[in-house]
Amino acid sequence: MTTQQRLPAPVEVTAAGTAEGAASRGGLPRWAWYAGAAALLAAAYAVFRGTGTLPHDKEAPQFLAVTELREWIDDQRDLNPVFLYFLNYVRLYVAEVHGLFQTVLNALGWPGLVGVMGGMAWLAGGWRVALLAVAGVGSFGVLGLWESSVETLALVGASVLLSLAIGVPLGVWAGLSRRVRGLVTPVLDVMQIMPTFAYLAPLVLFFHIGAPAGAIATMIYSIPPAIRITSLAIQEVSPAAVEASASLGATPAQTLFKVRLPLARPRIALAANQTVMMALSMVVIANLISAPGLGGDIIRGLSRAQVGLMLPAGVAIVVTAVVLDRMLSALARRGPRSRAGRLDLAAAGALAAAGLALTPVLPATWPQEWTVNLAAPVNEAVHWVESTWYGATTFVKDLTSHALLNPLEGLLTTAPWWLVALAVLALAWRVSGARPALTALGCLLAIALLGLWEHAMQTMTTVAVAVLVTLVLGLLLGVAAARSPRYSALQRPLLDAAQTMPAFVYLLPALALFGSTRFTAIFASVVYAVPPVARLVEDGIRAVPAPVVEAALSAGSTPGQLLWKVQLPMARRAILLAANQGIVMTLAMVVVGGLVGAGALGYDVVVGFSQRADFGMGFVAGVATVLLGVMLDRITQGADGRPSPRRRKLT
Amino acid sequence: MRDSPDSAAITVEGLWKIFGAGAHRVLGGDDRHLDPAALRERTGCTAAVRDVSFDVRPGEVFVVMGLSGSGKSTLVRCLTRLVEPTAGEIRIGGEDIARASPARLREIRRHRVSMVFQHFGLLPHRRVVDNVAYGLEIQGVGRAARHARAAEILSLVGLDGHAGAYPDQLSGGMQQRVGLARALAVDPQVMLFDEPFSALDPLIRRDMQAEVVRLHREVGKTMVFITHDLSEALKLGERIAIMRDGSIVQVGTAEELVGSPADDYVADFVRDVPRSHVLTLRRISREPEPGEPLDGPELPAATLVKDALEAASVSSRPIRVVDGGTLVGVVDRVDLLAFLSGRDLTERAGA
Repeated sequence: MTTQQRLPAPVEVTAAGTAEGAASRGGLPRWAWYAGAAALLAAAYAVFRGTGTLPHDKEAPQFLAVTELREWIDDQRDLNPVFLYFLNYVRLYVAEVHGLFQTVLNALGWPGLVGVMGGMAWLAGGWRVALLAVAGVGSFGVLGLWESSVETLALVGASVLLSLAIGVPLGVWAGLSRRVRGLVTPVLDVMQIMPTFAYLAPLVLFFHIGAPAGAIATMIYSIPPAIRITSLAIQEVSPAAVEASASLGATPAQTLFKVRLPLARPRIALAANQTVMMALSMVVIANLISAPGLGGDIIRGLSRAQVGLMLPAGVAIVVTAVVLDRMLSALARRGPRSRAGRLDLAAAGALAAAGLALTPVLPATWPQEWTVNLAAPVNEAVHWVESTWYGATTFVKDLTSHALLNPLEGLLTTAPWWLVALAVLALAWRVSGARPALTALGCLLAIALLGLWEHAMQTMTTVAVAVLVTLVLGLLLGVAAARSPRYSALQRPLLDAAQTMPAFVYLLPALALFGSTRFTAIFASVVYAVPPVARLVEDGIRAVPAPVVEAALSAGSTPGQLLWKVQLPMARRAILLAANQGIVMTLAMVVVGGLVGAGALGYDVVVGFSQRADFGMGFVAGVATVLLGVMLDRITQGADGRPSPRRRKLT
Repeated sequence: MRDSPDSAAITVEGLWKIFGAGAHRVLGGDDRHLDPAALRERTGCTAAVRDVSFDVRPGEVFVVMGLSGSGKSTLVRCLTRLVEPTAGEIRIGGEDIARASPARLREIRRHRVSMVFQHFGLLPHRRVVDNVAYGLEIQGVGRAARHARAAEILSLVGLDGHAGAYPDQLSGGMQQRVGLARALAVDPQVMLFDEPFSALDPLIRRDMQAEVVRLHREVGKTMVFITHDLSEALKLGERIAIMRDGSIVQVGTAEELVGSPADDYVADFVRDVPRSHVLTLRRISREPEPGEPLDGPELPAATLVKDALEAASVSSRPIRVVDGGTLVGVVDRVDLLAFLSGRDLTERAGA
């Protein structure tokens, strides 16, 4: 059992088509090459096992150097002109905006906030949305989370406001100018492919920790869709309308303000919506660098394995997301010309005024007797689940651990580093060609140099298993959905919901079922990554042209033959993309997994933020995770010049 | 037939538009004479307009007609530099368009030349009246004044009572009336029409053509009308330019195009046109033969052949074709029948 046979099993299937030509040239059947290579590696492993391993050292000089760098930068904070005249001002300005939001939201008081949100929701989408907003904001209090929810709202509000203030003008500019678009697009690509935790550590270096740093991290994450969608909206304004305006002698500015912006408005509202959703999904991660709010409750619950602590906070985040989403998408759905009626204005005003009027009358804080304490009953329920299903969950957990995780991890950590590197090189060369193979090798060697070999191998094990499970499940679900429209109609809303939910939500059931283990992390990342994989596979199979399917059927193919001989081969590209996407998404969950006992790199990153002395290790672990991601991406990049991984969910 | 350039509303001289990188290099070299496919193959450039020259007289309806891809839409956009020409002279009302500054060009577009588009280009977020007033709005005309003007124009194009509607609440024909009204509202000297009716149903198209004829009679603007529809061209155009692969093949009246096509392409184009609907008696009249009676009905030389049939049916005497009182020639029943049957063509081909 060697690295090759296990790790990339799904990849070999997809690579088989291209391998054919090259392999058969030697006169030997293709499998003989693989078997030979595998046997060679297995023999090398048997001989060199235990030598050349690179065990983890918490005090590695690389880590200490970065920790010292942070100390040095901290000392420079009040001395160096870059800090004095630029970075500190950025931080100060962001803090100012965040402070403003905090002050206003707190000054409104809870009745005021409920009323004002209700009023704004009414203006955006009528009484239904207003009702939802009032109930949603009220639920923060009912859940006993008023303060942290307001903190989260302030943080999200500040970062969204700043993101839009920067992103929308930039997006308009990019939409108008091909040259600006050419400059901005690659930057956005990098920003979106970069896992969030990877830039948290550098941010800490420059902006310290706390709410402003959290807001800046959130902005980095949420600006790309604002720019991208705005730019697209501007580009897609009907060229006929723009030309007509120019033909009447409008200046470029007149055409922008009278034609382009009004016509692009609904889609710019969509950009705002997307920005808000991205910002909300950063709430938990931002708490790693001490940004206040609901994320804190989640992280605390995760680190203590207390679902009862997490659930209300999770519900509050989801409620916030739903309320803001409904408000903004109602705004986006409205036609380019609709305006709020007088009645709506009156109703919205009355709602807001009523709330504000009640603020001085009602108690300043949300009354205790109106809250429902969920923690205890939820914890009890979880406990019941744990004890009742102990047999089943332990069986699944142990089976996976003993049959898959442990052997693979043992193999990767006891094999000499050069052997693993050789295997990776050979595999990537075979699947993707020379250049990606060398890149993959470079990443792997860099990881070794960073002093995180052992942890990287452990993380690779969990990622590999998660990817394997994800691909098998995703393929099955995707194929099933493609073959039965009825099943697809059933599955699609579930996938939609799963894709729009914040990632940590998947940790809840996983944590309840499996406790704080590596397996929980795998379970959560599988649930996180399966929906897009299934969707891509389904779409790929559906995209097979109907005439081809018809031709195959008229030739007398059975449904099975149709699938294996026509649909799957023709959907190969989509399936490759799905595999790649699955890997990227699984890797994005590594750090979150670190919070629930997956250990290795993810845990190093988390510890790095909480323990000042371990900052260096966390920083380096973040880099190593990205390198690991690039390596896995290059290995699976596959043949025939497929474009590199697409950005994560955008729509 | 050509007037001197001074009296022309629009003069175009040696106009080129080449799309693609290195357009000027192509223009400078010999590649410009290549046919379109070869040019694209060699240089990656597309020559949409190739060395086009023509004049449009004040108050004339000048039709540019060609198949899709012949460069006619690019040509009309070059006239106000919505598409920047690669080379050539353009004068509108004596003013040099090709060298106008952006601000001057905007002035010309605001006050002197307006355009009606194939896909209307209406602004969906504005009411009809605000769409019509858009041109005035960007000129800085006050709200009351521009709405008054818009209302006036709306009733001119038959859209009374629709001022408050939004474009998507109107039918296609009515939307194009709004586009027409928008172009008229700024009271331009020249109106450009880029296939304005090709997106409309045949019946509505006929209405709109009649509308343009009526408007031309009432407001007397100079019009440049782009179309791919020959019957539309014949119906509207005082003179018609036929374009092919970016060049103008022939310019002339409907009678000239049908009666003496410049080449096989034009001949092929106009082959299905009923000649009796286009050609006049002047074209088929002949010298009276000796002893031929000259007391038949008298018709002006500009009479269409189809309109002479009635006179020929009531009198067996040859029709006397006159131009301003002087006799140009005669046409008898045999001549008419020979013409209608097309025998005159075969005879000419045989001769």
